[in-house]
Amino acid sequence: MSAVIACRDLSFGYGAESLLKDVNVSIPAGDFVTVVGPNGSGKTTLLKLFLGLLKPARGGVEIFGVSPRRARRRVGYVPQHPRLDPLFPVSAVDVALMGRLGRTPLLGGWRRDDREAALSALDEVGLSDRAGDHFAALSGGQKQRVLIARALAGGPELLLLDEPTAGLDAHIEEGFYRLLEELNKRLTIVMVSHDLGFVSHFVKSVLCVGREVVVHPTSEVTGEVIADLYGGDVRLVRHDHRCSEEGHRHD
Amino acid sequence: MTELLTAFTEHRFLQYALLAGLLAAIPCGVVGSYVVIRRITYMAGGIAHSVLAGLGLVHYMQVVHGVTAVSPMVGAIVAALVAAAVIGWVGGSMGQRVDSVIGAVWAVGMALGVVFIALTPGYTTDLMSYLFGNILMVTARDLWLAGTLVLLVLVVTGLFHRQLLAVSFDAEYAELQGVPVGRFTALLLALTALTVVVLVSVVGIILVIALLTLPAATANLFARRLGGMMALAVGLCAALTVGGLALSYGPDLPAGAVTILLTGVVYFAAVLVRRRNV
Repeated sequence: MSAVIACRDLSFGYGAESLLKDVNVSIPAGDFVTVVGPNGSGKTTLLKLFLGLLKPARGGVEIFGVSPRRARRRVGYVPQHPRLDPLFPVSAVDVALMGRLGRTPLLGGWRRDDREAALSALDEVGLSDRAGDHFAALSGGQKQRVLIARALAGGPELLLLDEPTAGLDAHIEEGFYRLLEELNKRLTIVMVSHDLGFVSHFVKSVLCVGREVVVHPTSEVTGEVIADLYGGDVRLVRHDHRCSEEGHRHD
Repeated sequence: MTELLTAFTEHRFLQYALLAGLLAAIPCGVVGSYVVIRRITYMAGGIAHSVLAGLGLVHYMQVVHGVTAVSPMVGAIVAALVAAAVIGWVGGSMGQRVDSVIGAVWAVGMALGVVFIALTPGYTTDLMSYLFGNILMVTARDLWLAGTLVLLVLVVTGLFHRQLLAVSFDAEYAELQGVPVGRFTALLLALTALTVVVLVSVVGIILVIALLTLPAATANLFARRLGGMMALAVGLCAALTVGGLALSYGPDLPAGAVTILLTGVVYFAAVLVRRRNV
């Protein structure tokens, strides 16, 4: 089984400053990876390199064995809670349909299979009864689910999410992770996490972005690994099925 | 009112004016909606003002060199498209600040127009009608040209409505879907340019920005989907131009200005009615 994502000697920087240096990671099919690291460490940048929105300064990324641009049809992307216009005139299904643009002809309207894919994606995220609702009128958690439906409508094999739970209530977050767990049965998932509060019982690997970028199986993520990543000023608190950090500052 | 109706049956220029207003309502609602959701009102403003350069040049050529083959509207189309291209190119590909480029196109276009008009001997009453519109001076040739532009705008937006919506909603995601975002932004600017030209004959260069965006912004307060927003905006635009024409005729006020006053009143009233608890 070849890797879904393979980076070799990947380096990237904005201007002269190098942000990511010699990243060598490989993510196998079916994995559920959460990307963690301090603010400004390059988590989102790494995701954008996987998407081909940014070009590496040195080294390279391959997604499904080809360049990120060529792999885009097989990749679904859920952006960081987007800065959307609250009056924007679209319904939930309109947004889900936008995930079909890469798969339909250039001209004309949506076809029946586009509509079916969009509706079934909304169904999968539990929003089939809200398909006709004004997108802006949905709650934060529902909007985030619609954006996942948009990614799913294109029929991806790899799902990339950028801080999908930022700003969501804890109980909504819980349901959200259950949805991802369900999706992980057929998709490889890479999720940037806004803090170390990842849910460990179904996240299979942790990709730590710091001075160096390393993948650990979840079982290996110990206080030492995290202390090393965050510079030592971290205290771990173990919960029933999640672990989260406390006592370190984001800067 | 009966006086107006009698005048309407008697005077061809009033019939042309009505037709011009109704025709302009179509791209006004459709393209105006994109301008509003893509938030490019001030790009449209820059394009509108640069139209004076084209109008001035054609006017100059007609009076000074006797060239009558080109109608002022064609001059307006060329100027608007050039302005759209410059804004798209300098503000997009060349990476300059978009608002600086808009300001440059806006003022340079006006300045060129003023220079051409100054070089043209004779009365400068045309300047006022360019700036504030004179729907009562619409000719049959203008109507044909406007009709062609409206058809073109409708066909293009019909063919690419999904891409235009996606680029307006989330350009980064559209790019990931393989939509050439830069080209569709340019296309939207070109459509805006053509729409501006059609609207200039109704309300003039300075007021066009309000007619292009306020009916769409008003419609957006009531519509939840783009199609509904466009339909409502077209209806509003038609009602506003006809209303402006009717209200201005009796007291002999400028139709363009009355139309815009009406447009502004409707917009602010709608905002108050649909006020949200933020």
